[in-house]
Amino acid sequence: MSRDNILHRVRTAIGRSAGAPPDDPPPVRLRVPEVDPDARIESLIARLEALAGKAYYGVDPRAFVADAIRGRTAVASNSPFLAECGIANLPGVRSGITDRDQLREICAIADIGITSADYALADTGTLVLLSTPCEARMISLLPPAHIAVVPRNRILTGLDELLSVLPDPAAASSSMVLITGPSRTADIEQILVRGVHGPGQITVLIV
Amino acid sequence: MSVEFDRKIHETLADAHLQLAVYTATGRLKEKRIECVSAGALPDYQELRSQANALKRHAIENLDYYLEEFERNVEARGGKVVYAKDGTEVADFILALAKERGARLIVKSKSMTTEEIDLNERLEHHGLESVETDLGEYIVQLAHERPYHIVAPALHKTRYDVAGIFSRRLHIPAETVPEKQTAIARAVLREKFLAADIGISGANFLVADSGAVVLVENEGNARLTTSAPRIHIAIAGIEKVIPRARDLAVFLKLLARSATGQLLSVYTSFLSGPRLAAEIDGPDEFIVVLVDNGRTRLLPDRSKRESLFCIRCGACLNACPVYRKIGGHSFPWVYSGPIGAIITPQFMGIMHEPSLPFASSLCGACAEVCPVKIDIPKVLLELRSEVKKSETREKQNRLEKLAFRAFAFLMTHPRLYELAGRMARAAAPGENGGWIRTVAPPLNLPPVRAWLGGRDLPPPPSRSFREMWRRR
Repeated sequence: MSRDNILHRVRTAIGRSAGAPPDDPPPVRLRVPEVDPDARIESLIARLEALAGKAYYGVDPRAFVADAIRGRTAVASNSPFLAECGIANLPGVRSGITDRDQLREICAIADIGITSADYALADTGTLVLLSTPCEARMISLLPPAHIAVVPRNRILTGLDELLSVLPDPAAASSSMVLITGPSRTADIEQILVRGVHGPGQITVLIV
Repeated sequence: MSVEFDRKIHETLADAHLQLAVYTATGRLKEKRIECVSAGALPDYQELRSQANALKRHAIENLDYYLEEFERNVEARGGKVVYAKDGTEVADFILALAKERGARLIVKSKSMTTEEIDLNERLEHHGLESVETDLGEYIVQLAHERPYHIVAPALHKTRYDVAGIFSRRLHIPAETVPEKQTAIARAVLREKFLAADIGISGANFLVADSGAVVLVENEGNARLTTSAPRIHIAIAGIEKVIPRARDLAVFLKLLARSATGQLLSVYTSFLSGPRLAAEIDGPDEFIVVLVDNGRTRLLPDRSKRESLFCIRCGACLNACPVYRKIGGHSFPWVYSGPIGAIITPQFMGIMHEPSLPFASSLCGACAEVCPVKIDIPKVLLELRSEVKKSETREKQNRLEKLAFRAFAFLMTHPRLYELAGRMARAAAPGENGGWIRTVAPPLNLPPVRAWLGGRDLPPPPSRSFREMWRRR
């Protein structure tokens, strides 16, 4: 189609020739502050709570989840970490699904989706989820509630640290999503409503 | 000022409900932004703005390089990149793909670029169903309107308006509680997401070094659009490319704060291709359509190309005393507010609405809040000067047209033409020429004399061709 034509117009307009190297880009600007682990946990919890999410540190994840899913249906990702925490094999939790269509059907009717998280960002209350064979996208997206379990040593200070440890997220996965609080909208009269298309409740367990 | 522009402005000014709605909504967004960019909340805010400006400038000045790098990286991960010069090419591409894949239902997440090219109308004209899934966009689509604000498309609708629209278009009893209205939209759109063949998104950023499309949103509809259907098409203006994934640390912080006063938007998706072989879900096809649609016209001029730095945060709308009075629908195109006033004339042609660059008090509030430091008032002044120039050109054209009309009149009236010929002969100075060389002194100034020194009209013959013909 119009590829060559558009690139030609661009080059003519900015005065460059095809294949010419670019000017030096401005240096990368990443500022990673020193924050001790306890302060990170504290900040993560405070930020999430400010967004009407919940975060717990020091609870037994298996017991917590068992309690949370009582009387409800839950689907968990295939993350080895969830198995390690004893969550994947809890009664009432569907896990180990590798078929797309089947997973979608289950997620569409489940009350709770349970995932691990690759990282969490302390200064914004954010979860970082990379799509992998063990972590599907739909589990943190379709059910109305999301529980994420994150190891405390995976709590980074913020976006700058994330991009320092993961300068090329595309190398690891076709999809990285940062989740900062429950799904929300203010499209009608600026009134805040949670749980539009994604989960309206989010709970983070720090272990 | 065009009648249309004038009428819409007066309608908005006369509508007390609308005035209140726009004023409060923009006021709230404005307050929230101020809170989270204050020195206490974000000490390096000004530094981030300078860095964002430098990055955008660099990306635009090396645009062809980064587009090609982006393209290479998308293709290396199994995605596809297509260039389109305008809306017709975008629509043709999607229609052909839909036909090939047997696709009928399309879900869409918010994208100003697709608004620019009326994509929904084009696709629906050819029998495809294209559904907006952002709550505000969905309301606006059901009402057959265009977005009122770059980030809050249904800002002008009250809950009662929404109740009416839902009940008319979805054939349900009127529901006026926003929570319940949201739940209705969730249920209707959930069905669409799970049945859709194609998901179309825009792009907040295109990352050259990763070949990734970055999408920022609060509802989760962009995540669903890009991961539920088997085909994901991202439609983006060519100016959206940034050099490195690491530059997102600058842009994401500024975008969420400037747009809605959040530290980060709820969902930031970094999408770099179709799902990998072992990944359980995600699209099988990942296509990025890079759209020109007039952007390359803005590139040659150094100061006007700054308009392409815009990251569509909408902060300038909320800060603008004019936008807050005349609202989004008074503006002649999809982009409203200060950024609309500088983009529209450059995309649509300066004479599309010549009074647009003048609809500003040049107070500078827009430049002050712009996260990428676009000097909007300066561009407005340049556009004003262009409008004036082109109006003058038009006046000169009018004079020229008048002269030609007189000439045409003469040529189509033979008697008059002959009379003029005879008069010319009578006025002619004689055999040795010097007809106009002997112009009277007041007009015969040095430059005129120099020009006439070397040329003149030939002396008119004693008889015209017509006379000879008659005496033959």
